[in-house]
Amino acid sequence: MTCDLSRSLLHGYLDGELDPLRAEEFERHLESCSQCIAQLGEQESLRASLQSAQLYERAPAGLSTKIKRQIASAEAESDDQWSWVPIWRWIAVSAAIVVLVAVAYLGGQRILAGRSGVEQAELTEVIDAHVRSLQPGHLTDVASTDQHNVKPWFDGKLDYVPPVRDLAENGFSLVGGRLDVLNGRSVAVLVYGRRKHFINVFVWPESRKESLIPATGTRNGYQWIYSRAHGMEFCAISDVSAADLHDLTELLQE
Amino acid sequence: MADVLESGERERFERLVMPHQDAAFNFARWLLRSRADAEDVTQEAMVRAYRFFRGFRGGDARAWLLQIVRNACYTWLEKNRAVDLTTEFDESIHQQHSGNSPEAAAVAANERDHLMRALESLPPRSREVLVLRELEGCSYKEIAAIASVPIGTVMSTLARARERLQQVLSRSTGRAAAGTPVRRDGGAL
Repeated sequence: MTCDLSRSLLHGYLDGELDPLRAEEFERHLESCSQCIAQLGEQESLRASLQSAQLYERAPAGLSTKIKRQIASAEAESDDQWSWVPIWRWIAVSAAIVVLVAVAYLGGQRILAGRSGVEQAELTEVIDAHVRSLQPGHLTDVASTDQHNVKPWFDGKLDYVPPVRDLAENGFSLVGGRLDVLNGRSVAVLVYGRRKHFINVFVWPESRKESLIPATGTRNGYQWIYSRAHGMEFCAISDVSAADLHDLTELLQE
Repeated sequence: MADVLESGERERFERLVMPHQDAAFNFARWLLRSRADAEDVTQEAMVRAYRFFRGFRGGDARAWLLQIVRNACYTWLEKNRAVDLTTEFDESIHQQHSGNSPEAAAVAANERDHLMRALESLPPRSREVLVLRELEGCSYKEIAAIASVPIGTVMSTLARARERLQQVLSRSTGRAAAGTPVRRDGGAL
């Protein structure tokens, strides 16, 4: 174990976040590394200072009332707004929505790419995870073209069963599987090869009524297709064509 | 069609999410380095959270709320103080209170102030993990969810942030021996 490595492990140890095996490994390292012992002591005293300095700042007294008032008035407003609207107005509203959808669609990627906030976090995570997976050694946790190797590998690592299928005869050869983290939970990623390109398919159980990921789009040269079927959410991402991604997603959802 | 939440939803929101408004405010205050701005952004984020509340499927309400607060803070910084997002180390804040004059030494003697300046001089991505971990007591898993990064990244970001903080503190304490990052002189507040 090099000391650089244990400098990051040291923090996991300090925070009680290492699994027992790695914690034990680190404790063994501590026995022989005076540098780490010193650093651990310093970090402990730094933490003690931070915690005793009363840096936590509570919300000002009136904030809670302000928030409740604003929520109540926002709600009352929307009540008033909708209850007496005559039917022809609904038609106008529907027409406006059609126009909006069209504009949003045509405006397309630029609007989506520029939007920030919770909605985009999940998509950004998918794209980042895809880019990371293409770096050497990150593509698969289990490398196998055999679905009977890949599928059982996920057992006990997830609380659901991802649909794993080798689709070589359809032009998508199974490369393997991997665990990734999306929105704070572990999800299955199936890796397929298509003419020397890799496709990552993220699969996780439906967690929200409406999706935070747009159905399709391109960012940084990567194309994604997002869809749902059988209580699962699928997001396939790659630099292959959208049509290929569509085919793959559909095959997986059969 | 109307996006009106049932009154039960509001009650649920007040029960599950409102208790975390101190956490929301504290997080915003440290990200924005200002109480006044934090108050505005927290209020905005809470109202936003209420609108998103139907999308909340139970689980960790604090992490869910803090994720929204974080997004609101970064959006606010982009609009109002974009320089905060690109500054690697804010020397101005740091220097203000770390000169060698007797006055500066007196200020530095106040440990809370001293730590506050040091923490505020770190870039926001370092500051946020420290605040979430040390002040809010979040687990790595929660921090990963709030900051939308993989868990593995949390440990390395935290390691870097703590080392940076240590450097800032040992530089500003001046006379303190290198390697003794913080003086524990029990400065009363």
